[in-house]
Amino acid sequence: MENKGLSKVDLIFEKVDPKEVLIKAFKMTSDEIIKQMLDSGLKGRGGAGFPTGLKWKYTAAEKEPVKYIVCNADEGEPGTFKDREILDKVSYKVYGGMAIAGKAIGARNGIVYLRGEYRFLLPQLMKELESFHKMISEIGYDFKINYCLGSGAYICGEESALFESVEGGRGEPRNKPPYPTTSGVFGKPTSINNVETLVTTMMIIKHGAAKFTELGTKDSRGSKVFSVSGDTPTPGIFELELGMTVQQFVNEFGDGDTKAVQVGGASGFCVPRKKFQNTIIGFEGVPTGGSMKLFNSSRSMYNVLHNYLDFFAEESCGQCTPCRVGCQQLLKGVEKVKKGEAKSTYLNELIKLADTMKIASKCGLGQSVGNAFRTIVENFREEIIY
Amino acid sequence: MYQVGNLVKELSEKHGRTRESLMPILQGIVEKHNYLTDEAMVEVARELDISAADVYGTASFYTFLDTSVRGKYVIRICKTITCSMKGKAEIIQTLEDMLKIKIGETTSDRQFSLIETNCIGWCHKAPAILINEIPYTELTPEKVVEIIKGYMQKK
Repeated sequence: MENKGLSKVDLIFEKVDPKEVLIKAFKMTSDEIIKQMLDSGLKGRGGAGFPTGLKWKYTAAEKEPVKYIVCNADEGEPGTFKDREILDKVSYKVYGGMAIAGKAIGARNGIVYLRGEYRFLLPQLMKELESFHKMISEIGYDFKINYCLGSGAYICGEESALFESVEGGRGEPRNKPPYPTTSGVFGKPTSINNVETLVTTMMIIKHGAAKFTELGTKDSRGSKVFSVSGDTPTPGIFELELGMTVQQFVNEFGDGDTKAVQVGGASGFCVPRKKFQNTIIGFEGVPTGGSMKLFNSSRSMYNVLHNYLDFFAEESCGQCTPCRVGCQQLLKGVEKVKKGEAKSTYLNELIKLADTMKIASKCGLGQSVGNAFRTIVENFREEIIY
Repeated sequence: MYQVGNLVKELSEKHGRTRESLMPILQGIVEKHNYLTDEAMVEVARELDISAADVYGTASFYTFLDTSVRGKYVIRICKTITCSMKGKAEIIQTLEDMLKIKIGETTSDRQFSLIETNCIGWCHKAPAILINEIPYTELTPEKVVEIIKGYMQKK
């Protein structure tokens, strides 16, 4: 098990001269930029972890004259707030990453989809976008970014639901394939990347892929911005090198009484104390879009699970039956067990239901409800029952 | 109930009359009038030449595009786990006592609505609320009283 320990990094919020980096990028060919991304091993920072270089390669390979680069700023996963901070502090690097992606895939248009909850940021972001447009036309490059605003729907963070929303419809996920790289927003080839991913691509162009691969592990290259909350004396946003164990994380951020860490938000995994030592935070262990919630022994894991299930029951778009009915039944089910209306063995039936949702749901929402459900129920069974 | 007047026309001029203008137009109406009336949605349908059911279908999907009466100041209280752990209940109690309404209700003078909402991205500064688009964080009952008093004086 490769273990890098805990070390703080300053890459995402590092001040750079965007003009210099962009001029460097625009001198490169599409293939050269994509090769840098592939060599860096960068995986998407939104949570799913798809290799960014591959996404760009597939989109670049499409013959359509019109393509899009979409920045997914619909940060809705409970416990995640790093994209807000990134947009607030270094939006010019997000725009820069979009222009680099545009060059790589052959797109002249970018769309930022900002969640409605962050509307207060919009005036500032638009002003910064204006400066960016000015700078990029000074370089003599043709690229334009527009904003689309969400209106309070977690599911719109799912890529195809986001496209539906941009197009003015209900945010209901589409069937895949076709994947966005072939048919994304407005039916055109689209690369959709997370806010942090785009900033990272700009830093890879600046520092080079080789420098980036010095950070992290084989499966999880680079550093990551973590959103730390819950029972911790130091909640906030921290950029850390990937490859630490949960134990090392807890040593730094815990309050001395941490009994569980929920890694990756409501759709992520619950790691109990006895597994802290042997669990790596990253794609080889527990992946995360950045959400890290600490719970100490004063907390009831039933309340945590109930809160998550309530969240999913509300946020399920209702389009496919396994997710629509499954979320409701899981919520009702744990309530029944808690009240003593169902036997504790009923929890095994509910785990089976969560497994069914994983294979039968249309999108990532229904597929990942079982992650938290299984890991909380299996590790804290008595707290759910009594 | 408000009169939608020329607003739909103005917004359609600004954003265009294609399908992808629907969200910005609905958001523009809500920004001004806090919720969508049936009349407003029919007007949007007419302007964009799509069915009213289609407009309602889209609007009702999004929690911020309310189709029932909302006050001038919509207070959304985050109910996700960290805010719940860090004193959401006391914040709700304070708001309910001050405004004399329960969660889900609107004051009779149509100034304030109280709604619970899912994670708004301020877990490190919990508990948090949104009043229209403005976030307020690291709240205590005392802070809430001050904030709401400020809004009451605005009206």
